Amino acid sequence: MPDHNLNIKRSINYSWLLKMAWRDSRKNRSRLLLFMSSIILGIAALVAVYSFKANLQRDIDEQAKTLTGADLIIESRRPLSPAVTALLDTLGTARAKERNFVSMVYFMKGEGSRLVQIRALSGDYPFYGNIETLPSNAASTFKTGRKALVDHTLMLQYQATPGDSIKIGNLSFVIEGSLESVPGQTGIASTVTPVVYIPLEYLEQTGLTQLGSRIQSRYFYKYKDVLTVNRDLKRHQQSLDKAQLSYETVATKKESTGRAFKNLNQFLALSGFIALLLGCIGVGTSIQVYIKEKLAAIATLRCLGLNAKEAFLIYLIQVGAIGLLGAITGAFLGTALQFLLPLVLKDFIPVELSMGISWSAIGQGLATGLIISVLFALPSLISVRSISPLNAIRASFEGVKPARDPLKWLVYLLVIGFVYGFTYLQMKDSMQALAFVIGILLAFLLLIGQSKLLMLVLRKMIPERMAYVWRQGFANLYRPNNQTMILSVAIGLSTLFIVTLYLVQGVLLNKVAVSGNGTKSNMVLFDIQPAQKEPLAKLLKRENLPVLAEVPIVTMRIIEINGKNAEQYGDSTTDKNGRNKPSRAFSGEIRASYQADLRATEVLGEGKWVGVTPVDGTVLISLEKAYADRIKVRIGDSIVFDVQGLPVKTKVGSFRTVDWNTVQPNFRVVFPTGVLEQAPQFYVFMTHVAAAKRSADLQAKVLKQFPNVSIVNLDMIIKTIDSLFDKINFVIRFMAGFSMATGWIVLLSSVMSSKGQRLKESVLLRTMGASRRQILTITGLEYLFLGFIATAAGIILAILGSWALAVFALKSNYAPEILPLLAFLIAIPLLVMLTGLYSSRSVLNQPPLEILRKES
Amino acid sequence: MEHILNIQNVSKIYENAGHKLTVLDQINFSIQTGSTVAITGPSGSGKTTLLGLCAGLDRSSSGKVSLSGIDLDHLTEDERAAVRNRYVGFIFQNFQLLPTLTALENVMVPLELRGEKNIKKHALDLLDKVGLADRSGHYPVQLSGGEQQRVSLARAFSNQPAILFADEPTGNLDAETSDKVIKLMFDLNREAGTTLVIVTHDLDLAAKTNRMIKLKGGVVVADLVLNHA
Repeated sequence: MPDHNLNIKRSINYSWLLKMAWRDSRKNRSRLLLFMSSIILGIAALVAVYSFKANLQRDIDEQAKTLTGADLIIESRRPLSPAVTALLDTLGTARAKERNFVSMVYFMKGEGSRLVQIRALSGDYPFYGNIETLPSNAASTFKTGRKALVDHTLMLQYQATPGDSIKIGNLSFVIEGSLESVPGQTGIASTVTPVVYIPLEYLEQTGLTQLGSRIQSRYFYKYKDVLTVNRDLKRHQQSLDKAQLSYETVATKKESTGRAFKNLNQFLALSGFIALLLGCIGVGTSIQVYIKEKLAAIATLRCLGLNAKEAFLIYLIQVGAIGLLGAITGAFLGTALQFLLPLVLKDFIPVELSMGISWSAIGQGLATGLIISVLFALPSLISVRSISPLNAIRASFEGVKPARDPLKWLVYLLVIGFVYGFTYLQMKDSMQALAFVIGILLAFLLLIGQSKLLMLVLRKMIPERMAYVWRQGFANLYRPNNQTMILSVAIGLSTLFIVTLYLVQGVLLNKVAVSGNGTKSNMVLFDIQPAQKEPLAKLLKRENLPVLAEVPIVTMRIIEINGKNAEQYGDSTTDKNGRNKPSRAFSGEIRASYQADLRATEVLGEGKWVGVTPVDGTVLISLEKAYADRIKVRIGDSIVFDVQGLPVKTKVGSFRTVDWNTVQPNFRVVFPTGVLEQAPQFYVFMTHVAAAKRSADLQAKVLKQFPNVSIVNLDMIIKTIDSLFDKINFVIRFMAGFSMATGWIVLLSSVMSSKGQRLKESVLLRTMGASRRQILTITGLEYLFLGFIATAAGIILAILGSWALAVFALKSNYAPEILPLLAFLIAIPLLVMLTGLYSSRSVLNQPPLEILRKES
Repeated sequence: MEHILNIQNVSKIYENAGHKLTVLDQINFSIQTGSTVAITGPSGSGKTTLLGLCAGLDRSSSGKVSLSGIDLDHLTEDERAAVRNRYVGFIFQNFQLLPTLTALENVMVPLELRGEKNIKKHALDLLDKVGLADRSGHYPVQLSGGEQQRVSLARAFSNQPAILFADEPTGNLDAETSDKVIKLMFDLNREAGTTLVIVTHDLDLAAKTNRMIKLKGGVVVADLVLNHA
């Protein structure tokens, strides 16, 4: 007699489950490898980016003092009152001073001239780190006479050697050594404006300190006790603010340097995240197909007494293990990859990068890999619980019923929550993250709707007279066991991400691209004093060179907006240190111009353009739109400017959009004519010099007659900037390419994992005598058509998505190119078709029985 | 003599898009412990559905199914799984061996599910009994249909079930192999004293049992006691 008191509660034997998970995976490891490959690249990208970020932050922290070279730097663009000078002399235990400005330097031997940043230095700066020179002692010996340190790229360009002479303004200096590196200066910055150091005591004699020269003074302080820096700053805060002095400490430099790389890190993280999201699609798709194939085995095990929880755990263990393995591989790859990033980015980074293994990044990568593997596999995994043992005795008797399982909705919520949380971590903006998640959900639902519509249309529309292979190919898309929905979603979403990334990359590259096409001029002469205007114009005329533009520049500050000054505005914006944060409008000097008409690079947005001051004396200025938004000013608002001591009342008359990407003078603030003509100002001339030789001759002549006038050779600047953007391009393309590669892999794995569904049918057709061509046509048509429809949907969604990103997030114009989109529309369906055909090749090359045995 | 299986007024009705389909209608019978019973009938008569209900693979729409004194209709799916593991053995028409497990592992699974230890020898003995001791390391795909069904027999008997359900056990085998498998099944059954319930079209096979229950259109049309009982 059997035991009627059946002890139904059986404890779970985890060691057996592990053994079973291992056994069950035996014949499907290649399928699981596909699943693994989906997450490897995503995790690799993430670990690389996180490692780079961690290493960069560590280097910034460690080298912060050498970034500033001093404990405190105070900066001023105005002459200081004796009281302020006396105050500054009480700070720190050691002091140094630098006055810097942009000017021309003339190489006597090579007879070449170039715009450089002159730094006239006294004292023992830097107190931390070194000015590195060749020979190494030149950093200290140059202060002993009329000697200079010249940036090494300039030395190379003009083939200068120590002992040669350069001329700065009226004075010549002997080159003491070449400047290899300066605290806190990036390689790119030194390429754009190379630095020349001279002793401060000779600055006056150069004659370049006259009115109009834009000279900045920097005072460097060393403290014995770093804590006293903040104490001093707090004590003298009011005096410093009143004298409009800005300051920088090691802590603020650390913060600002970290902030400067926030955008770069965010872009890198976003690319990694997209690679990861693509991986998630791969995980979801391959596990769904995998579990479908396991249906019979699970049903048999259920007949033999396996309970639902045990069945679920067997596959959870498999997924977790494979996910972890993928994450480990990805973490290895990512750690290796991060060593490549500094090679590309070193020119942008002011610290010496010491890339090392970041265990925290690896930990995050492993955790993320494991979480996404399990989370995105869960919708399929929990359906294992509801596989009935009846499937073992009657195929397709009772399918998986996902909609009825409440746990499934919880899993979907978890998935959405994860995507939102992860997006928020990348974007740090809850609304943007929400928009992103809603966008993906909408795309997902639209793709499902599109696939259902496709099936419906095909079922109704395929004409009976159509050739058999065509009918069979199309019918495969709606018949039982079709893969239309899952492949539509996988292909559509992969295409969406790939194409969005491509289009956004284009927008980003356009945003940073610089072009000299906006003007015919290729040479800009600036710092021209009013008295030099006429004779310089005559010189250009003698040289048969046109003055293509003559732009006046007046420096000024905003002192009032709508009747309120900085202090009044500042009351409402007080930072945590209790320091008034003047609105951005009041900080910094503005270089404005005046003109009667809009320039070619300007477009009137709002308001009315007024080029000439009307008789009633109302000064209607025009602001650049983005600048107006930043300082929160609207049309009709009143602004009072301090034009070098004289208040000038204005009203905002119009907003302009300005194409900053052209290398020529552009202005945020433009006055009408009839106001600033008598204000202290300098001029910029633009001309066009055809040949490089004439350009050098002109520079020499101008420099000889007008030593304070600086000349920028736009051809050279554009070349330099182009090389800089090439590097940025490379970084953007590299990371975007990484995500795209993941997209391809996911696409391939989705198609390959779906092959089982069609294989048996193809074998049966083959058995009945179908020719190679017929099998190929049926399979090819199915995949090509499905690929085409899903890709088209993905591309349309990508255009919408990238438009939203460009307009709302990047604030850029949006004009996608048609040709690359067409290329995607052709390439992706072809790839889908080729993958489908490749996975069915066994049907053509092997005996049908052999395949059926293998697949059974 | 005790009854291992009691079926009282059992019906099974499927609902699909508002339409009701009665597959089994008011079925009543009991099966004595240690007996051999064949359930026969034409396609669509409800044989497999009945087997599913008897073995605790599915729930009846009404009526009562009691196996070894346990009322299956009041158990959860997991509890029914535990009942199957304790009392039931299965033989399927298409063998249903787990493709990723070797022959030996397939035989061991029901015992492993129970958490029993040192079962390898027992499983090897069973494989030896079905003549496949030398194929214990082979995967199903490396075995012929007859061999697969013999492994399936070994697996079915491995947990010493009180009742064995066989669903068209020879449906996928040729005549010669069928004879061998049937002989083996009855031999093992006799040796273990297991109750055997066979669902089959094959009247020759049904004739080898003690009792034949004939189904047609979801109702029992005949319940015959055969002479060689």
